[in-house]
Amino acid sequence: MTSVIRRQGWVSGLVVLLALLFVVTKLIQPGYGAGDFGSLARAVLPYAFAVAAQTIVVIAGGIDLSVAAMMALTSVTAASMMNGASEEFAALVVVFVLLMGFVLGACNGLLIVVTRVPDIVVTLATLFVLQGAALLVLEAPGGAAAEWLKALIVGTVPIPGVPEAITAWIPKALVLLIVCLGIVWIPLKRSRLGLSIYAIGSSELAAFRSGVPVASTKIIAYALGGLFAAMGGLSLTMSTGIGAPIPGPYLLASVAAVVLGGVTLGGGRGGLVGPIVAVFILRLVRTDLTLLAVDPNVTTIIEGVIMVVVVMLGAFIAMRGRSS
Amino acid sequence: MSEIASTPQAVSLGRRIRRFMSDQPLVPLVILLVLLVVLLQILRPGIVNERWIANTVKFAIPLAILAGCQTMTMLTGGIDLSVSTVATMSAFIMASLASAYHPATAIAIALIPALLIGVANGIGIGIFRVHPLIMTLGTSLIGTGFLQVYQRTVISTGTKIPDFLTWLGTGLTYGFPNALLLFVPVAALIIFTLNRTGFGRLLYAVGDNEKATRLSGVIYSQVIIALYVVSSLLAGVAGFLYVGLIKAPSSLSLAEPLLLPSVAAAVVGGTSIFGGRGGYAGTIVGALILTVLTTLLTILQMPEGSRRILFGAIVLLVTAAYLRIVEDR
Repeated sequence: MTSVIRRQGWVSGLVVLLALLFVVTKLIQPGYGAGDFGSLARAVLPYAFAVAAQTIVVIAGGIDLSVAAMMALTSVTAASMMNGASEEFAALVVVFVLLMGFVLGACNGLLIVVTRVPDIVVTLATLFVLQGAALLVLEAPGGAAAEWLKALIVGTVPIPGVPEAITAWIPKALVLLIVCLGIVWIPLKRSRLGLSIYAIGSSELAAFRSGVPVASTKIIAYALGGLFAAMGGLSLTMSTGIGAPIPGPYLLASVAAVVLGGVTLGGGRGGLVGPIVAVFILRLVRTDLTLLAVDPNVTTIIEGVIMVVVVMLGAFIAMRGRSS
Repeated sequence: MSEIASTPQAVSLGRRIRRFMSDQPLVPLVILLVLLVVLLQILRPGIVNERWIANTVKFAIPLAILAGCQTMTMLTGGIDLSVSTVATMSAFIMASLASAYHPATAIAIALIPALLIGVANGIGIGIFRVHPLIMTLGTSLIGTGFLQVYQRTVISTGTKIPDFLTWLGTGLTYGFPNALLLFVPVAALIIFTLNRTGFGRLLYAVGDNEKATRLSGVIYSQVIIALYVVSSLLAGVAGFLYVGLIKAPSSLSLAEPLLLPSVAAAVVGGTSIFGGRGGYAGTIVGALILTVLTTLLTILQMPEGSRRILFGAIVLLVTAAYLRIVEDR
């Protein structure tokens, strides 16, 4: 019971921090408005999916180093398949790419279960493999994206009966993010499977002895991670209009946001809301630094320091929690 | 009499081979290395000669040194993903100072950031108990940022590689690469430290059973900080050697391609990523295996993509196979 309160406390603390950051942003840049919020949501999109992918795997007690490479592969696959194809065909591509992410994620899980090699090593190896596959699909950034896909994250959602001043603050990208995550996460959290994922992350042995099918649950957790990573890859293609075979900085960012979001590395604790709020915080900090006209290279340093301090703090709190 | 004589026969040949291999983990690795070289010779007859061997050894040495960092950290259940950034930083800073200062001064100054990153890693992992993977990834990100800022301030002074580093990196004496002059003492020191000194035993002990080690009075954070400082300094040395070999002093991603292979070399060499098991001798063979493998894949004229795929698959395969052999006792 106390852990529930503590977890909710952590998430609400994050929300307060985010709100404070918005106030700071408004102070730095008095003109910060709905349009800027929309571009923030668009920038967050790939990060948020990467974080979701990492979250589910970490809750199940693993870690997925191949997230960024998986996003690169799904992104180039989507971009090269949509290149020169019709608008309708793009819908098929989306389904195919999501399926591909799911299957590749399941392969990760299967390899971990079958070979019994630690998940860090397995996903490190699949990182190589997926990166290589991405380079085979597209050697240099290229491809194209369907117009309707690109339009999916640009602009706002008009709601009849609601004044535009309010709908202007509901960017399509944010709605897309919430819908995509909710479709998978909410049913999962309420199902037996979701409970099993928490159980194997908390204690694999205890879960096994209580009759949880550990192997298949782990495989499904990795598969869902792959699905989220594929969504991330698609969102990359949507926002850039092309696919790039070199993975972006999503691995470290995803781990940092997971830790900042209150999910303990080692598994069994935390939710999806915390990490998503955390990723908004991390991106907004970056926006603020850019608004303050800080040298982009210095921004990298500051971002790195924030992440390191956050994980240090998270580890410190986890340590205190364990000893008490 | 017949009963006594028949008892050893009961153990099947396959099991005995496996048991032998698990007692002598170096043997299967050396066999794999020889097989790869033979395969290379079959695919491209005449390629395996003195020059090729010297070249392979030359390229394997920086990898082996970086893999040494991974071996030592893995023994405690950790990993050091900042080695490539540290190596690049040290090499770049040294090269940018070399035209103005004496090489020895330049090298000494260039090792300071390596020291700092090592201390930061050690404090994060040893005191705050951050997962080593995340901590070292984070410090490597910070290091890269600093390096980019630094590069902009020194862009006018230009870079230079001291002559003796070029000699050390690329030169041959009587057919032996000069880099061995540096590597043999370093390797001997690492093996000696791991096998014969208290510090080495502490590394194995921490990786094997941290709680027991702590209860026997070992101060965990001291061991870990010392370990990551040593690892960082070693990475810096590897950077100096590598820049002498590659001759790209102004590159900001000099040692980046060596990062994942260095982890792979240690893993292939039989060091357990969970800690407590492994050694540097296996890692050296692992580094040689990976270097020969790279040559093999290059000769087969595979595109970069397939090479990476194969590389990942082989790392996974070897680790899984090794785990089977060692577990099957």
